[in-house]
Order: sequence, then C-alpha cells, then structure tokens
Amino acid sequence: MNALTIRNLQKTYDNGNQALKGIDLNVEAGDFYALLGPNGAGKTTAIGIITSLVNKTAGEVEVFGHSIDTDLATAKSCIGLVPQEINLNLWDTVGNIVINQAGYYGIGGKEARERAEEYLRELRLWDRRDAIARSLSGGMKRRLMIARALVHEPRLLILDEPTAGVDIEIRRSMWEFLQKINDAGTTIILTTHYLEEAESLCRNIGIIDDGRIIEDTKMSTVLRKLQREVVILSLTDRVDSAPKLQGFKTSLRDHNELEVEKGPEHDLNDLFAQLDAQGIKVVSMRNKANRLEELFIGLVENKPGNGGVA
Amino acid sequence: MNIALNLVAVQTIIRKEMVRVLRIWIQTIVPPAITMTLYFIIFGNLIGRRIGTMDGFDYMQYIAPGLIMMSVITNSYGNVVSSFFGAKFSRYVEEMLVAPMSNAAIIIGHVAGGVLRGLLVGSLVTAIALLFTDLSVAHPFIMISIVLLSSIVFSLAGFINAVLARKFDDISIVPTFVLTPLTYLGGVFYSISLLPEFWQMVSKANPILYMVNAFRYGILGTSDISIGYAYTILVGFIVLLFSACVIMMRMGIGIRE
Repeated sequence: MNALTIRNLQKTYDNGNQALKGIDLNVEAGDFYALLGPNGAGKTTAIGIITSLVNKTAGEVEVFGHSIDTDLATAKSCIGLVPQEINLNLWDTVGNIVINQAGYYGIGGKEARERAEEYLRELRLWDRRDAIARSLSGGMKRRLMIARALVHEPRLLILDEPTAGVDIEIRRSMWEFLQKINDAGTTIILTTHYLEEAESLCRNIGIIDDGRIIEDTKMSTVLRKLQREVVILSLTDRVDSAPKLQGFKTSLRDHNELEVEKGPEHDLNDLFAQLDAQGIKVVSMRNKANRLEELFIGLVENKPGNGGVA
Repeated sequence: MNIALNLVAVQTIIRKEMVRVLRIWIQTIVPPAITMTLYFIIFGNLIGRRIGTMDGFDYMQYIAPGLIMMSVITNSYGNVVSSFFGAKFSRYVEEMLVAPMSNAAIIIGHVAGGVLRGLLVGSLVTAIALLFTDLSVAHPFIMISIVLLSSIVFSLAGFINAVLARKFDDISIVPTFVLTPLTYLGGVFYSISLLPEFWQMVSKANPILYMVNAFRYGILGTSDISIGYAYTILVGFIVLLFSACVIMMRMGIGIRE
C-alpha cells in the first residue's frame, strides 16, 4: 500500500508563479523517502498541499488511500508534520505545546499527558517541560517540533529540513531517532539540504526541480549512476610529485595529501596495491565530495535547457 | 464529522486560551479593571452627581450596565483578534490547520475563549461597579442571555478581523475606528431619548445600542429599544458572522496560500 500517492499535482500562486507543474509521486508504506531539490524547487509547496496548508491548483493527493479532497480529516490524522520554519508558540511551555497538539487530534486528558511525556523523554526534552519554548536552543526547538508531530502517532511523518542549523551531535541523535521510528513502521518523507543525511537514512529518493520530479527511484540505483569518485589520501611521508597510477588520475593537494579520481572499472585494492608498490603509505582516506551531492548537481544541471554537464 | 475528536479539540483551544489570558493577566484583566474604575469615579461619581438621574436611576446606576457591556464587548473582541492573529503571525496556527479537527471547532474554541475572557472581565467590572452603587437584577435571564450573545457576536467579529489582518496595524484599526466610537455612541452614557429625532434614528442603526440597552433592561428594567429587536439582531449577527468565519476558513482566506 502507498503511504502517499500524488497524481499530476499542480500549484500556481496568485502572483503567477507556477511552483508545481504536475508532479506524480508514490511513497510506499514503511519507506524512508528523501525528497530533494534546490531552493524554490517546489518541495515545501508539495508538503504544504499534502498537509493542507496550501491550496492546490489541480491534481490528486491520497494519504494511505484517503483523498485530501473527499476524506481530508482522515488523511490529516495519518500525517505528522515537522515544518521547515520554527512555528511554535514561543510563549507557551514545552509540555503544553505537545499536550495541546494531542488535543487537536482528539487525544485528551491523561492519554495526552502520557504521550507528551513519552515523546518529550524520547527527544530529551522532559527536563524542560515547564520552560517556555522561547528559552530553548535552536536544536531543542527542532526536537520539540518532532515531539509535537509524533504525539498523535502518525503513520506518515513528513520532515521539511528538520536538521537545518542543528549541530552535528544533535543531528546524529535525530538521525538515530528517525531510523528507530521508521524501523517501528512509521513512513518518513524527508527533505534536506544535508545530502549525506538523505544518503545514510533513505531507501528511496525523489528529486524535484523547477516544479517537476526529475528522478524518483531507489537510493542505491541513484548512487550506481555515479561514474566517478574522488578520494583524498593522507600520506605518511612527504612526496614531491603526484605518483603515476595506472587507471587513476592523481594530483597533489599538498606534499602530504594526494587526490585520486577513480572510475567504476577500478577498485580501491588496485589503488592501494599500486601505491604500496611505489612505497607510498596511506594514513587515512576520505571522500572529496558527497557522492549524492555530485549526482544531484549533475541531474539538476543536466536538465533540458540547462546545457549542462554530462 | 468525528464529534468526539472535535469536542476534545474545542476543549483544548479553550484551555489554551484561558492559560494565555491568565498568564498575561496584567495585559488582559488589570487594564479593563483600572479603566472602568476611572469611568465610575469620573463619570459616575464626580460628573454623575451633577447630572442627577436618568430614566429614573442615579447616573452611576444608569451607566453601570453600559460600562459592564462595554468591557465584555472590547475584551471578547480583543481576546480573539490578538490570540488568533498572534497564532497566524507566528505561524503556530499551522498546529491547528494540519490537525483533523473541523474549521467549526477552531472557530468555536476561539469564540468560547473570547466569551470566557469577556465574562471574566465583565464579572470583575460588575464587582467594581458594586463598590460604587447598588445594582439589583430585574430580569436575570435577559441579562445573562444578552451578555452571552453579545460576547459571541464580538468574538466572531474579532475572529474575522484576525483572519483578514495581515499586520499588527490591521488588528487595531477596527477597535479604534469602529468599535470604540460605536460603543460610546451606543447609549452607554446617555439615553437616546435625549437626542433629536434624527440622531435617534441614526443611533438605531448602531447594533451596540441594542446590546447595551437590552443588558440595561436585564439589570435595571429600563430600555430605549425593544428587547425583541435586540435578540433578533444578536441572533442574526451570530448566524451571519459564524457563516462568514466558516466560509473564510474553508476557502483558506488569510491563512492558506
């Protein structure tokens, strides 16, 4: 069953901006789906329509089979939204914000309080339950929005750039948490600018650009499309010039760092064997750029009319 | 429609509104109490002693129902307009918009919050009035029903103002340029029988006149207008304004792009 089905979704704003030009998208139940795209591509508009914060111009949206046109309340009850912008009542307490959200979904009294406690503990905010939201750090506000989105236990959680401006430690803990709730059966749609985030969390990916879906496939399929990879090697000893390695393109970043470009036909064992034969020892290795980022830029720039990159 | 869900949602909004009113009591409860105390001292006591009686009542007694009604109207309106516009401005209105509760539940919850603040402040002003004069209730049902209906009308009007407002200036225009003049010209401080016939006719186009006079009738038993007209106008306004709120919410005017 699909958690989300979108057919020919279109949105033209009053100022004439055509934000969505007829997108089709299917997200299976239980999936962890990445929706990527540059700023202004239409991601937030699409999420706004799914969650009924934006009126659509045309098209159909179904959430677990419930149409937002004919069965909106049921469709809404299936969704939890963590928006891009902080949209908390900054003068209300952390506890009240989550309890009130439960109430808006028809969950009141003791059950609302128990669920609020459960998710605030889960997101390490229980100690701050009596603090007003304004006093929280940026990362805490993001976590509070996640707790608020989960309190009615939605089947589909939509996160619109949830880790924007969050430090790496909190980002990692949020990833672990999201992975855990996805493993427990919650379908997750994630938009992010941290492409590493999408690569490590998501099984499927959609790329939206200029109001159109330009890629909708498995993450592994997307990654296989990469034709080249650049790694940076830190060397034990200083070298004066880049070594010549058969099948690899090399250049020196400095006397202790070597940049190596490899194609899909060569493997790293071959690389290390050649380096070893020349007496060059490697201390560590890292990717020069995020692979998904490269692919993303390639896809967006490669669109018809962009005259782009192969 | 899931009635149980919507009932919980309405209760939640009411609780949230009451928490807000009590949290900022220095802004919501104290100012009207101080303002009305000054009205009673200056208009009722100092000036009122020179005026004498009006419609057979001490001037202080005569203006007390109008001042109570004025505080109920302004606080009901002010509560809904500031609360809902604040939610819109800071975007936490989205908490309600993404939830499965009906548009009617959002409206009823906020209107109930406005009514409760109006009645809370109205009760406080009544208590202050009793420090200055004796008030006996001539028609309790009329008094309670009129104050309740008036409070609902102005809470609904405040909701519409909040939905249409785009900036903070927009939420002060109606109270400053419409509500306050209509209230002052609505027979709070005088009987329209004192006015020339033409201005009596003009005054009768002011809906607040009916609310103030019907409320005064509930307390003192005297009125410039027919109580039946007052009920008709109040119920008519409630139906009209509630329908407008529902239509605006359904279309997403001012809240959905």
